[in-house]
Amino acid sequence: MSLLAFRNVWVEYGEKIVLEKVDLAIAAGEFVSIVGPSGAGKSTFLRLMTGQEAPTRGRVLLDGADLPSEPGPDRGVVFQRYSVFPHMSALENVIFGVECQGSPLLGRLFGRRRAAALDEGRALLRRVGLEHATDVYPAQMSGGMQQRLAIAQALIRRPKILLLDEPFGALDPGVRLDMHELITELWREHGLTILMVTHDIKEAFKLGTRVLALDKRRHDPHAPHRFGATVVYDFPLEEKKKPAPPKDLARRVAEAV
Amino acid sequence: MRRLLNVKPRGGGRILLGLVPLVILALIYVSASAARHAENPRDKILPTPPAMAAAVKDMAFTVDPQTGEIPLVADTRASLKRLGMGLAIATGVTLTLGLALGLLPLVRGGLGPLVATIAVIPPIAVLPVLFIVMGLGEASKIALIAVGVAPMMVRDLAGHVAAIPEEQLVKAQSLGAGTWQVLLRVALPQALPRLLDSLRLSLGSAWVFLISAEAIAADVGLGYRIFLVRRYLSMDIILPYVAWITLLAVAMDLGLSFLNRRAFPWAYLGARR
Repeated sequence: MSLLAFRNVWVEYGEKIVLEKVDLAIAAGEFVSIVGPSGAGKSTFLRLMTGQEAPTRGRVLLDGADLPSEPGPDRGVVFQRYSVFPHMSALENVIFGVECQGSPLLGRLFGRRRAAALDEGRALLRRVGLEHATDVYPAQMSGGMQQRLAIAQALIRRPKILLLDEPFGALDPGVRLDMHELITELWREHGLTILMVTHDIKEAFKLGTRVLALDKRRHDPHAPHRFGATVVYDFPLEEKKKPAPPKDLARRVAEAV
Repeated sequence: MRRLLNVKPRGGGRILLGLVPLVILALIYVSASAARHAENPRDKILPTPPAMAAAVKDMAFTVDPQTGEIPLVADTRASLKRLGMGLAIATGVTLTLGLALGLLPLVRGGLGPLVATIAVIPPIAVLPVLFIVMGLGEASKIALIAVGVAPMMVRDLAGHVAAIPEEQLVKAQSLGAGTWQVLLRVALPQALPRLLDSLRLSLGSAWVFLISAEAIAADVGLGYRIFLVRRYLSMDIILPYVAWITLLAVAMDLGLSFLNRRAFPWAYLGARR
């Protein structure tokens, strides 16, 4: 059974149709890249997943149950920006999820439970290469460090799905390559299921085991808002696990979107 | 020759430069006072520095046999108590209402228009109402300060909390945080430095409301004293009192600013980069 299923999902804002007839099944362990031109509903697709948006029609099922229409710990998120809390040090940022889980009233842990959370937090920070920056505030970090922190923070609750919204879009090319390596390693180690929205087609093929292209199937020049976007290409890269996407495939997607 | 806009004073030079206008003002005052006194030795409008020193000695270092207290100390204590309580109430109201308005759309929808309406009522216009309802005692003066500064502070804080990026709120929820935990761990800590800042900016108007209330109905307080001795044209008391109020206000401003930087270092990291 698939972990995540879209059944005839439509998202409309009044007259404007953003997504139409999205049917999709995503299995546990997939790394799905989502590409498409701007305005093709990539963000809406992700907002559906986080619960910031609800389908107008159709259903989104996670583990067979309707996706709650608000964010929850079963879906981890990393945004392009503002993903970490500026008033917490790196370590405090990472253990926030554990503290929320363990202390509904204060949102803080004390004593032995806090020590355990701190140990777990430090281990995660070490894993993402931030062991030297545990007490540093996000404003003192580079963009790459902040995204490493955001990923570690999202992983501590062991979400069923990790949602990445252009996570590396604001980073320098060199840093971006390091981040690609990190996220691929984490995906393998933790057996994660990842949905990543990106505008970088090379990145999509490099990282994903499957690439979805969102776009409008039809276009009415007189009423452009009357047709929504849907999944126009769905490339499984089964032979993945090894990098280097087939060259003509990348070109075909580039032409398509 | 360097352009004027590139000439930057540094270190000691800058302090000296800042002192120059103050010294000039003092000199103008002293010479004007001397000129008036040469014409009329009993002039009260511009008292000489020795006359002011004598008045300060009377007010700040001599026990008033009638009350058994030093007037300046009694006035300062009464005024600071009113100011402190008024600001404490305003701060408490701001924290609860500002956080709720900023974070919860339901509260914003329900109370937002009301707060916006209350904020435009001139507080002094409400003073008679306060006097009638609460009497002429301490309560009405404290209430005037609270009513005067709270609406502005509430709106400022609510705006600041509402401007917390949605990403942060989604992230917190995706880590399992509920409304209360988001309020406590995400919104509150980010609201506090802004609250202290807006308290600092509200000090000016709080002083205005305090002195107004004391001028109208009080038997002790800095504002009361100034308006009392005004009847005798006692500029020798008024001017030192104004200087003392200025000093208190500056000390509070610096104190709050210092406290903010010490308590919330993270809030000032972005500014330095």
